[in-house]
Amino acid sequence: MIGIIDYNMGNLRNVVNAFEKIGEDVRLIKNPDQMNELDKLVLPGVGAFGSLMQFLDENNMRDKIIETIQSNIPFLGICLGYQALFEKSEESPGVRGLGLLEGKVVRFSSGKIPQIGWNMVNSIKIDLIKSDYYYFVNSYIPKIADNSYIAATTDYYGSFVSAIQIKNIFATQFHPERSGRVGLDLLRRWVNC
Amino acid sequence: MGKLLTKRIITCLDVKDGRVVKGVNFRNLVDKGDPIELARKYNNIADELVFLDITATNEKRKTILDLVTKLSKSIFIPITIGGGISSIDDIRNVLLAGADKVAINSGAIKKPHLIYEASNIFGSQCIVVAIDVKLVDNKYTVFSNSGSIDTGIELISWIKLVETLGAGEILLTSIDTDGLKQGFDIIMLDLATQHVNIPIIASGGAGAIEDFIQLFQYTNVDAALAASIFHNQEISIDNLKIEMRNAGLEVRL
Repeated sequence: MIGIIDYNMGNLRNVVNAFEKIGEDVRLIKNPDQMNELDKLVLPGVGAFGSLMQFLDENNMRDKIIETIQSNIPFLGICLGYQALFEKSEESPGVRGLGLLEGKVVRFSSGKIPQIGWNMVNSIKIDLIKSDYYYFVNSYIPKIADNSYIAATTDYYGSFVSAIQIKNIFATQFHPERSGRVGLDLLRRWVNC
Repeated sequence: MGKLLTKRIITCLDVKDGRVVKGVNFRNLVDKGDPIELARKYNNIADELVFLDITATNEKRKTILDLVTKLSKSIFIPITIGGGISSIDDIRNVLLAGADKVAINSGAIKKPHLIYEASNIFGSQCIVVAIDVKLVDNKYTVFSNSGSIDTGIELISWIKLVETLGAGEILLTSIDTDGLKQGFDIIMLDLATQHVNIPIIASGGAGAIEDFIQLFQYTNVDAALAASIFHNQEISIDNLKIEMRNAGLEVRL
């Protein structure tokens, strides 16, 4: 059973549809109790950093998410779900992220903002990510402290870290659930890893 | 500078009463088929799908959420939903039904503050402001209600305002060139890109592969949208992208 955190904000439905499309059972997680007995946990992302963290705090989910990730079950963060792993974001000053990884989320400094569209993901951990075009929609990007986490990089007026992998944590700035066939293939590989 | 985003090819499903339709200059609507079937054909070939319920504003109908739900189960590329969007609840409903982005047109003209509120709640990246523009007395003028009402608003002041209010993207349709298949409104689009720093989707007038290539060579737009030429199979998106790549444009194949 894959748990998908539901914070009533956005294109969560598409993440559910994508996992169902590849034959997985999913459970929507709206409170900490629903996080028990999961095989995998997904934090999807749309909306603002501050809104997400506020929702998690109001529903007492922050600690449970941290605990669940630390219990070593496979975790996938998508877009804002990737950014939430870090300590803070320029998008919402003063708001505390999950803080599982060192670093902060910064706004793109040049180019059209948001970055919207298909960009090349250059994979470093090729067992999980195939280098190809994936769909991005973001104005902010984590600036990570430890380069050993890097799973893939992408160029947008300079290079940024488009995916990370550290132990049981895998997170992408792009949206595999909206990246057509290559995105569904990536989810399949993550499910089977 | 490394390679950047690909130029996006977007197809639009104008839907009326649950069927895909297309007209010339927004009129004389012709039935083009079932939206789900058409959408499935484009999954993985088009870079995005836009679904516009073109009857919504005039007839005060709300976007058909059922259709959105079905669409999002069938296709796994980004979907933008528009038509009759006029409140935060409308936006939340279509996002929850499975839309990635929401296009606001007349609703934003009536209440520009909606753009600000929506981008604060849901993030700029999912707020597309759709604008229908027509040259009136040598002035690019914004029209509302499916191109039927002259708002008197000047295009450049409007796009600057929507960017300031938090729009993430602009879908810019030329009423003058729409449906004529004589090429995009390159002069207007080029002008628009010089005044905002958010992505612009060009719409209206595509008739041949060369029209897309010229659009991207002569303007800094990020995406091109077309409907009937793809639905009628006058142009295949695969061929279009190959020709674009041959012309030196970055595309996703």
